[in-house]
Amino acid sequence: MSSSVAAAVSPTRQALRRARKDRSARLGAVLVVLLVLVAAAAPLLVKLSGQDPYTYHLDLLDPARGNAPKGALGGVSSDHWFGVEPLTGRDLFSIVVLGLRTSLTIAIVVTLVTSVVGTLIGISAAYFGGWYDAVASRVFDFLFGFPQLVFMIALGIIVPAGFPRWLLLILVLSVFGWASLARLIRNQARSLVAREFVEAARSVGSSGWHVITRELLPNLLGPVLVIATLAIPGYIGAEAALSFLGVGVPPPTPSLGRSISDSIAWVYTGADPWFLFFPGVALFVAVLGFTLLGDGVRDAFDVRLRRTT
Amino acid sequence: MTTQSVSEELLRLKNVRKYFGLPGAPWRQAQAVKAVDGVNFVVRKGETVGLVGESGSGKSTLARVATRLLDPTQGSVEIGGVDVTNVRGRKLRPVRRKIQMVFQDPQASLNPRQSVGTILSTPFRAQGIRPTRAQLVELLQQVGLSEEHLERYPHEFSGGQRQRIGIARALSVKPDLLVCDEPVSALDVSVQAQVLNLLADLRDELGLSYVLVAHDLAVVRQVTSRLAVMYLGTIVEEGPADQVYSAPAHPYTKALLSAVPVPEPGVERDRIVLTGDVPTPIAPPSGCPFRTRCYKVQDVCATVRPVLEPVHGSTEHRAACYFPEPPPPERTR
Repeated sequence: MSSSVAAAVSPTRQALRRARKDRSARLGAVLVVLLVLVAAAAPLLVKLSGQDPYTYHLDLLDPARGNAPKGALGGVSSDHWFGVEPLTGRDLFSIVVLGLRTSLTIAIVVTLVTSVVGTLIGISAAYFGGWYDAVASRVFDFLFGFPQLVFMIALGIIVPAGFPRWLLLILVLSVFGWASLARLIRNQARSLVAREFVEAARSVGSSGWHVITRELLPNLLGPVLVIATLAIPGYIGAEAALSFLGVGVPPPTPSLGRSISDSIAWVYTGADPWFLFFPGVALFVAVLGFTLLGDGVRDAFDVRLRRTT
Repeated sequence: MTTQSVSEELLRLKNVRKYFGLPGAPWRQAQAVKAVDGVNFVVRKGETVGLVGESGSGKSTLARVATRLLDPTQGSVEIGGVDVTNVRGRKLRPVRRKIQMVFQDPQASLNPRQSVGTILSTPFRAQGIRPTRAQLVELLQQVGLSEEHLERYPHEFSGGQRQRIGIARALSVKPDLLVCDEPVSALDVSVQAQVLNLLADLRDELGLSYVLVAHDLAVVRQVTSRLAVMYLGTIVEEGPADQVYSAPAHPYTKALLSAVPVPEPGVERDRIVLTGDVPTPIAPPSGCPFRTRCYKVQDVCATVRPVLEPVHGSTEHRAACYFPEPPPPERTR
């Protein structure tokens, strides 16, 4: 086995190589790259379409139908690629693209924050054990048992309007989000701490910092990467849900969640289902892309599937 | 043996106890697993001491106390003549240079995400040294591997090769004493001999001393000069390996040795079959820990725990038993 192997490859690199061969992971990656590009270039795209998400176009609405957009597909035209919003006539393409930018930014920032915090706390709790681990574990339990949604809604109402809402969203989602990752990582790390290589590192005199960063962390990067990729769609959804409930990003800043929330009435009455369609598809594609990618990354790091590829 | 009896002491454990607390409410009576319960143990330069016993006898715990991976509950650990029982953290580093450990399962003791080069350089870095490539290659060559293996990862090696890497890591700080915790029990029988031979070669080349923890007496027999038999956290018999093998004094040792197969057809052995299980180390029996399974138990055995006393007229060979086996009459095999 040993002498015939051509080149030594680290297990992480092998996993990423496997992920590249996975078809649905590739589709996920393509979608994610596309979405990130769209989100990053959103202001540019909006300028390109010659519209902005704030201007009212009342002339495009049909007062006879309760101010639903005139024309087919919610008023899709060469000027308004996704049609216009009912009631206001604002350009829906701008709203969707900029709303996607808001959602993705919040989701990715929250994921980064929770991953770093959760990993550090999880690993250190597993390594040091004792009272530190006990306190950390109780904090996880507390955050799990906490009625997060109610708290977030309450907070959204209490916090003065001057405080930037996007920052509040990031803070709130991060505070409640890190515990689930920390708990998973703690449990994984505990099984690693019991392995002899940790003992071996200690027996040659390695410091706790070395054991955590050099011995444990590389073995946990796979799970962290998987959990983080799978968490992004969750946070996209959470941001949308909070905006839907009216405690997210305030108008007139575009938000997918708020657009979807606003569209419900128009779908019920059948006056303008397209108002739900475009933001809905954008949200769906975002969640799907990150989920497929996350699944692919998870499969790539899963030892049980290793032999099949 | 007699010429070496005054040689330098590498390790001395004095009345070491290691109790592991059981999780439970604080108001309940504290229960503890008495993994090691009063052990005195000395290793001198040039010795290879076998530490044998069933699983659960506390031999691995003792090895970890000796290497300062675990703190003893009671008693003291002297390494190289210095009491290091209360030395912790950074200050332990010089101690680590004197005593090193080889682990049981080479699959588990090597970090799967690190290349062999990284694994071998960890001990150097812990001592604040950047190893040169030549140093790492030398280590590999010492254990019969070569430079090409430096960039490989543990999963690319066989079990025997992995254990060689584990030995190379332990050798990197140039220790005087190597504590090997079941170094070959996870390996195929055919590979066991190779690794044992490697250990023996290293002993001759580098002047190493060993503590060899094992449950397989056949393994220990090949290489040890002295033998200590553990039962339920205590040493019940110790002495020069050939004396313990040929004339076991403690009934437990005798039973243990009688279970070793004789690789000769037609040779009958008198097997002593022990009944019952090892008692729980939470509440070991009063007096002699072995009395519940002993075939020559008397009332006195339940009173006070017997201490190690010289047997068979030898000062080195000692057993903790009220009724030690008599030395066998000379017989030819």
